[in-house]
Amino acid sequence: MSLLEIKNLHVSVQTEQGAKEILRGVDLSIRSGQTHAIMGPNGSGKSTLAYSIAGHPKYEVTEGEILLDGQNVLEMSVDERARAGLFLAMQYPVEIPGVSVSNFLRTAKTAIDGEAPALRGWIKDVREAMEALKMDKSFTERNVNEGFSGGEKKRHEILQLELLKPKFAVLDETDSGLDVDALKIVSEGVNRAKAAGDMGVLLITHYTRILKYIKPDFVHVFVAGKVAEEGGPELADRLEAEGYDRYVSAAAN
Amino acid sequence: MTTQTPLAQDAQHGLVAHGHGAELANQPTYGPGSEVPIQTRSQRVRSTKVADFAAVSRREEQWKYTTSEQLVGLDADELAEYMGDIQSKHSEEVVTSWVGPENAAFGAAGIPEDRPSAAAWESAAQAYLVTLPANHKLETEVQITLNSQDKTPSAMHFIVNALAGSEGTVIIDHKGDAVLAENLEIIVGDNAHLTVVSIQDWNDGSVHSSAQYAKLGRNATLKHVVVTLGGKVIRVTPTAYLESPGASVELLGLYFADAGQQMEHRLFVDHAAPNCRSRVTYKGALQGKNAHTIWVGDVLIRAAAEGTDTYELNRNLLLTDGCRADSVPNLEIETGQIEGAGHASASGRFDDEQLFYLRARGINEPEARRLVVRGFLNEIIQQIKNEEIEARLLLAIENELARSNS
Ligand SMILES: Nc1ncnc2c1ncn2[C@@H]1O[C@H](COP(=O)(O)OP(=O)(O)OP(=O)(O)O)[C@@H](O)[C@H]1O
Ligand SMILES: [Mg+2]
Repeated sequence: MSLLEIKNLHVSVQTEQGAKEILRGVDLSIRSGQTHAIMGPNGSGKSTLAYSIAGHPKYEVTEGEILLDGQNVLEMSVDERARAGLFLAMQYPVEIPGVSVSNFLRTAKTAIDGEAPALRGWIKDVREAMEALKMDKSFTERNVNEGFSGGEKKRHEILQLELLKPKFAVLDETDSGLDVDALKIVSEGVNRAKAAGDMGVLLITHYTRILKYIKPDFVHVFVAGKVAEEGGPELADRLEAEGYDRYVSAAAN
Repeated sequence: MTTQTPLAQDAQHGLVAHGHGAELANQPTYGPGSEVPIQTRSQRVRSTKVADFAAVSRREEQWKYTTSEQLVGLDADELAEYMGDIQSKHSEEVVTSWVGPENAAFGAAGIPEDRPSAAAWESAAQAYLVTLPANHKLETEVQITLNSQDKTPSAMHFIVNALAGSEGTVIIDHKGDAVLAENLEIIVGDNAHLTVVSIQDWNDGSVHSSAQYAKLGRNATLKHVVVTLGGKVIRVTPTAYLESPGASVELLGLYFADAGQQMEHRLFVDHAAPNCRSRVTYKGALQGKNAHTIWVGDVLIRAAAEGTDTYELNRNLLLTDGCRADSVPNLEIETGQIEGAGHASASGRFDDEQLFYLRARGINEPEARRLVVRGFLNEIIQQIKNEEIEARLLLAIENELARSNS
């Protein structure tokens, strides 16, 4: 049983006009096995939260804490966080020329586990995970994300999720840009990873359709850099019907 | 019509220049504002006589980056003939011999266009000739290793003669301690398909000036690969003459410069016949104080060269502060009737987003950097299609990277 706690998190980015505060006191706790959905308008800071958890150097934490089972995540480097069990499926996965998917996956697995996976079993695991995500096996020989379509990039993120088996996964708009079939396939991948490892999920999305496949235990409305309201799955339906108007005007006042 | 287009940097993904004190140079080489006299590539002196060449000076565009001092005697009127070790490994249908200027192959690919090349031409009385038999496909590559043991300014002349219809690979490996001026002639007969790999893996302190001339016959193809890793000052000038229709040349290069090393690669593709194709791809990594690389890619499309298809690309990855990559693509076009002509050049630092992505998957920073650099250079390595060389280059890159982390 693990616990990821975010307490009063304030985060700024450097802009040409100086530091700009984007997160203004985020409080959120996730336990193993739970799924928390985060919904909120464009620019409200959802990706900023995701990147801050992963430790992207662009984002500076000015106040607050992130704890993983009581351990101070903010003191860990990006790769230490990943090895501690945090995973970020990115909204815009990066291309890495000349590095094949198979080399990348093996290197990442070795880094996370602290030892190289047994070759036979590993090849089988990769093959099965790819089959389940309906990714052609030719992807292993391609360079990481290079020339992948939007949907293929997202499947590749979930492939990593399934193989690396983190304690907590942050999924930043993994559902955006997926067609109806791909949405189902990717959601099933997330659910498999959850079931296999009792993983906790922080699911950032704009649409309730993914919540039909990945059932959230909690829904958080994110507005202007903090959580404006929290509720159960029914809150998502209300947001879909009513939009964010209420919260946005409240935040502006 | 003659146009000269010293092109600006294209900021492609992952190679955006970020500044940080690293010098990124990509300035026009000719014309107003330059101290260099206007000179088109075709007007350059070509001669086998060293006396026909002026002293090496910055006034000439081709000596803009390398000085006479750096050449430590290779620009003298006379050099010693290289007498050191040369080993060759090849199957028996390949013939090797020492030949003089009376041999038809001698000077058949090209003649000198700079002083060290002419000095080498006059000083090396004989050339080491490798002949690939006509209409025959070699199963194993020809491997020539020049292992120099001393730094007397010396001259060497190689000729690779791939007869019509032949197919094969020739690797020339330069090792040891040397101050060497070299000519490498590459004759690719009609319908021949040749790969030539020139590896410069000298010990520290070595100086090497290598002029490489290739002439391609009708429908011939040449893959020319330059790999420069070790030495103090290295200057390689590959030239491809496309004088028969339908010929196709691919010029590939990879270099890794450390502190204090200067690596200059100057290419010239001369499109003189119709319907020829050329592709130039050079990639370099630099690290450490005063690591300096220069890439100049001249492409000339003559009036007769209708239907030309050419593209050249140079990318440099600056791994630390204090290094400098000059990159100068240059296209001269004398006919409008071409298939395509383009170039791209970019020098930049590590892409932080790539590093972040890898590190977010648990890969530590040195390992992530290694992956990115290897990946960057891999594009060239993969083209060589020779497992032994590939393995050796990957190892060499590992060693270079290990140095940067120490
Ligand atoms: N380097 C930067 N300079 C200025 N503003 C920035 C910078 N980086 C992020 N921001 C701003 O921070 C805000 C939050 O961005 P973020 O990407 O976290 O939003 P988001 O909630 O993920 O939006 P979306 O739903 O569109 O993905 C935005 O207004 C964005 O413009
Ligand atoms: Mg976002």
